[in-house]
Amino acid sequence: MATPQAVIDTSELDQLRIPLRTQLWRLVRKQPLGAAGAFIVIIMSLAAIFANVITSYNPVANDLASMLQSPEANHWMGTDEFGRDILTRVIYGARTALSIGLTAAFLGATGGLVLGVASAYFGGIFDLITQRIVDVLMAFPLIIMALAVVATLGPGAQNVIIAITIPFIPTCARVVRSSALAIREIPYVDAARALGFSHARIILRHMVPNVMAPYLIMLSTFVGQAILLEAVLSYLGMGVQDPTPAWGLMLKGGAEEFLESAPWVSIFPGLAISFAVFGFNLFGDAMRDVLDPKMRRD
Amino acid sequence: MSAQIRESRDKSVGKGETLLEVRNLKKYFAVTEGVVRRRAIGNVKAVDGVSFTIARGEILGLVGESGCGKTTTGRCILQLETPTSGEIVFEGVNLEKLDQKAMVAWRQKIQVIFQDPYSSLNPRMKVGEILGEPMRVHRVEPNAAKRRQRIAELLTVCGLPAKFADRYPHEMSGGQRQRVGIARALCLNPDFIICDEAVSALDVSIQAQVINLLEDLREEFNLTYLFIAHDLSVVHHLCNRVAVMYLGRMVELAESDELFDNPMHPYTQALLSAVPVPDPTVEAQRSHQVPKGEVPSPINPPSGCVFHPRCPLAVDSCRAQVPEFRELKPGHWVACPRV
Ligand SMILES: Nc1ncnc2c1ncn2[C@@H]1O[C@H](COP(=O)(O)OP(=O)(O)O)[C@@H](O)[C@H]1O
Ligand SMILES: [Mg+2]
Repeated sequence: MATPQAVIDTSELDQLRIPLRTQLWRLVRKQPLGAAGAFIVIIMSLAAIFANVITSYNPVANDLASMLQSPEANHWMGTDEFGRDILTRVIYGARTALSIGLTAAFLGATGGLVLGVASAYFGGIFDLITQRIVDVLMAFPLIIMALAVVATLGPGAQNVIIAITIPFIPTCARVVRSSALAIREIPYVDAARALGFSHARIILRHMVPNVMAPYLIMLSTFVGQAILLEAVLSYLGMGVQDPTPAWGLMLKGGAEEFLESAPWVSIFPGLAISFAVFGFNLFGDAMRDVLDPKMRRD
Repeated sequence: MSAQIRESRDKSVGKGETLLEVRNLKKYFAVTEGVVRRRAIGNVKAVDGVSFTIARGEILGLVGESGCGKTTTGRCILQLETPTSGEIVFEGVNLEKLDQKAMVAWRQKIQVIFQDPYSSLNPRMKVGEILGEPMRVHRVEPNAAKRRQRIAELLTVCGLPAKFADRYPHEMSGGQRQRVGIARALCLNPDFIICDEAVSALDVSIQAQVINLLEDLREEFNLTYLFIAHDLSVVHHLCNRVAVMYLGRMVELAESDELFDNPMHPYTQALLSAVPVPDPTVEAQRSHQVPKGEVPSPINPPSGCVFHPRCPLAVDSCRAQVPEFRELKPGHWVACPRV
């Protein structure tokens, strides 16, 4: 007679039940790079939240008396061509980057989550059509897709969010679907069907909570990508518009006109972009290692 | 183990009103090939023309080797699988003719207990939610306080402490989880429960307890079971009637004692001879006729009688003619022209 045996590997699910503090401590010990990433993420979040406390300068008001000053005691990162304090704008830029990045990553990953689980749940022709559309969308690089969307909708923060969200949806849907296909075959989903629950309830209450690991992994990698995409779109003049403090926008102004005469105008926003993306990527990688034992590198 | 199972079977049940009738049920799964253009290259004939009835209050056993279509039969009755053809009539109503709304109401009357107690409970939900959700959604018990009360009752009935409502499935043993699975099957007050190998994943010592529980529940709530199993001794003790399946077909159906004392189909005889007898001297003298060869693939099942390549009684006509399911004695049906 068969001994009791789990059909699926539940260790993945068990991972999520470990208290957060224990998980964080494990992350720091086992994933020093991940901890470094988390550190950058935390610093950036604090800067974004407390921007108006940290700096007393106005990020958008011109001060023509102090144009293009090199870094000094009053302006640690110097000033730009309108006399605005670069440090202040970098700090406020974190707010722009995070709000756009988090919103787009959340919307894209969540849209993909629902689409991927629904695709796996309904199967058949619905799954086939959804997956072919996903194939087509995934054939375009992220940036091309995002550019196409902004070119259609026009620039502006809201359209940038839409432009970044849309290419994220198919990417996440594909990853989530493969996990959801396995969940679909597990008897508790059949039990839910036998109990006469609606499709929406089965998808949202019984399947979605069991594909959280791939969802969280996608979400954390999307934030870094979204910040980079936002910077690229703004750099190309198709994203956030002046005078909003945005790193891509600052880089554009600084790099085109003042790269030689006033390099600080472009260097500091450039560094901010690099650190932010680097931090979120490290954090995302560590998150994947912790949540998904199968993808662990060691 | 069988000694621990109480002999509480009431032989008079099983002759009342018909609760469920399955008529000529077929379920074929298409086997496809190719990634770009999918072509059907054949059918898995998982269930191929099965008919039977179950009376209210009865326990019908469904036995057969792994892969013979027992689970698929159960899933078709539960409407988890759409039958290729055939009819399922429950309380006189043909399920195919139900609209969406009637179907939801009907679903509450037929429930299922799965084999694997580990994968049949949602790992993210506490026991209280697992049992409470169906009652809330179907307004069986919309009042939250009364619902908690009823969850506690259900757990107690199923032999679990009421405080288990706050546990997650992973905090319980296999036997305890299976009891939660049984409680879930009961929470909508069903008439009919399909037990698909409901005890075969459990420890032998726990199996008897769970079987006794199922028997008690049947009496208490006037339930009817389709009891799918491959352990024949369990089936003998629990079921009123037993049906034997082979490769998607039903080969024999009789009252439990009649089937075990007087098996007629050569396949049933072989199946029963494989069950060891507790007495070692009797066991040593028994003949073990094991069917020769392997179970053929259900993709291209043998022509005529599907059992003919392994049958000791087979003659030429068995190769061509699909045997008729005949009632040889009152209530004893056999699909073999040679007996
Ligand atoms: N979803 C499916 N797709 C294809 N073949 C299936 C599917 N489900 C079951 N089968 C096949 O149908 C046959 C009967 O399976 P099943 O009903 O599970 O048998 P049992 O429960 O008696 O072991 C097997 O050959 C199995 O491989
Ligand atoms: Mg089975």
